Amino acid sequence: MGITFYLIAAITLAGALAAMTLKHLVHAALAVTVAFAGLALFFLNLDAQFAGFAQILIYIGAVAILVVFAILLTRGSDLPKDGVFSHTWFVGFAIAAGIFAVLGWAVLASAKALPSESAVPAVTVHDIGVVLMGRYVLPLEIVALLLTAATIGAVIVALHEKERAR
Amino acid sequence: MVEKADQVFVLLQHWLISFLPAVLQPAAAVLLGVIAIVCVFPGLFALTTIFERKGLGRIQNRLGPNRVGPFGLFQPVADGIKALIKEDIVPTSANPAVHFLAPVILVVAVFMGFAVLPMGRNMVLVDMDAGLLFFFAMGASTELSVFMAGWSSRNKYSLLGAMRAVAQMISYEIILLLSSVAVVMTAGSLSLPKIVAAQNQYSYGLPHWYIFTPWGLAAFVMYAIAATAETNRSPFDLPEGESELVAGYHTEYSGFKFALFFLGEYLAMFSISGLGTTLFLGGWTAPLSVLAWIPSWIWFFGKVMISIFVFIWMRGTLPRLRQDQLMNFAWKFVLPFTLLDLLVTAFWRFMGEGWLRWVVSTAILAGAYVFMGRVGMYKEHFGSRTYRYAE
Amino acid sequence: MASVSPLTAYLVVAALLFSIGLAGALVRRNAIMVLIGIELMLNAANLNFVAFWRYSPHPEALTGMMFAIFSIAVAAAEAAVGLGLVIAIYRHTQTTDLDKMNRMKG
Repeated sequence: MGITFYLIAAITLAGALAAMTLKHLVHAALAVTVAFAGLALFFLNLDAQFAGFAQILIYIGAVAILVVFAILLTRGSDLPKDGVFSHTWFVGFAIAAGIFAVLGWAVLASAKALPSESAVPAVTVHDIGVVLMGRYVLPLEIVALLLTAATIGAVIVALHEKERAR
Repeated sequence: MVEKADQVFVLLQHWLISFLPAVLQPAAAVLLGVIAIVCVFPGLFALTTIFERKGLGRIQNRLGPNRVGPFGLFQPVADGIKALIKEDIVPTSANPAVHFLAPVILVVAVFMGFAVLPMGRNMVLVDMDAGLLFFFAMGASTELSVFMAGWSSRNKYSLLGAMRAVAQMISYEIILLLSSVAVVMTAGSLSLPKIVAAQNQYSYGLPHWYIFTPWGLAAFVMYAIAATAETNRSPFDLPEGESELVAGYHTEYSGFKFALFFLGEYLAMFSISGLGTTLFLGGWTAPLSVLAWIPSWIWFFGKVMISIFVFIWMRGTLPRLRQDQLMNFAWKFVLPFTLLDLLVTAFWRFMGEGWLRWVVSTAILAGAYVFMGRVGMYKEHFGSRTYRYAE
Repeated sequence: MASVSPLTAYLVVAALLFSIGLAGALVRRNAIMVLIGIELMLNAANLNFVAFWRYSPHPEALTGMMFAIFSIAVAAAEAAVGLGLVIAIYRHTQTTDLDKMNRMKG
């Protein structure tokens, strides 16, 4: 495994850990943006350029900004008074550690059955377009419907209550 | 000879890297391209600052700066020295790490966008298969730095300016993307050199630029509106309006960091004009086939500078739009028009050559424009125009 | 660990990312941090898909990458709706602290 893999893994995991442990919410949001960027670099390392650029465009360009706006609109930029972790923190950590143990064991135990090296796939955007409009046209249309429903739903849910009470 | 003048930078690059061993040559070629971009575009930025101040001055019936050097041409040097030696003030309650990183991230993201622009024949730094998507991904990253700048300053005006700027940038980003999709539909590729090559044909001496088609003209106008809004230029510059919000999200920045924000904004203007010329104005191709002997990079930079001149012209003449007017305009007028333009592009593509497709496309677009304009203006009651002259 | 294949390395990193996201979603007090944890979990699953696609015997079928792209789109929609809900709840109860929301009475 080359040095790039370790570097990108370090960036991503550091960002994720920082996001989950920092007290200040906006710092945590910026740390998770670093994690998203690290994942985009992973996708580029795996020769999935379209997925990598879509990850940057959607996660860093939209989801991170949504999260930051939500933090500001719910006055999250003041430091919390009661501490960062809930009172059941031990059980949560234990469950997460247990799940990582199971997943890690499953991956390492089946390492012999996994393919090791393969040639770089020559994927062009043209192929992605053909496949999207050919084999995956039904999921595409359903995702379009889902996004429309989500847009309308988010607007209605976050609509100011004064107008609805009238 | 013409061919040599056209490819002079490519030949220079090949000559310079021939001194290195073969294993280092690809990396050195890219490094030379990066050095060229990092030197040329900030140089153009310096030229544009004096261009803008003189241009705005002339539009406003006054001379621009004319003290430093002949006709004030060394003013950018004076501005640069001032910015570098000014004291760097950071507010005590500001968040130091985020405050420092915001201008850095802005400049880095904007510079990355230049990597996919074809600045001449064979003169693109990286020929990516999904080049247009990469450009828009880098543009999306600049929004986060604007927010970081506004929030880390611990200043209500900065935060307000930053939130307004981000809301405006997100709304107009969709319009930018959808108007580019019309070009991608016709050219059949997301790779910018291929889009330029698709426009590099001439019929009767006139080029096949996309701006000379009905759907291309509509898409170009909407792209230009979205580009002005994305770079927070007048008439969409409420987030940094000097009379409303002090300086908006870069109020608390001074010295070199402010110069970095300024650099970032102008570089974003260059990069978005570069993309606009690549998509609609034919990139490095000449306007008439008889003029093709002029080197391609002169055409590219000429078109970019003409776009910058139009930006400066708009800044000097148009009044500022209010935030809600700007958002209404984007979501209720431009976005439906963009979707209609995609439909018209599809008609154009599948109707076959001939005069019929011109007539149908123009009729649909003009009719929709008039109809939507009338519907939007229905509730406005305008009195008759009166003029008051200064005595 | 020199004999570990690249695919195994990617899967281990994805598993670690998933468990960090899960820990955050289970342990943090603020509702928005729980949503961030969920986004991290979705990202880890995407990494899994793309890693398997890259090292699969038929990458030209593009199945893994398509799944990841659809998952990115759906995650964006779900983040929007989830954050809208958090804002609506904040307007009603003036808090985003999940430990305080332990009653069904609105």
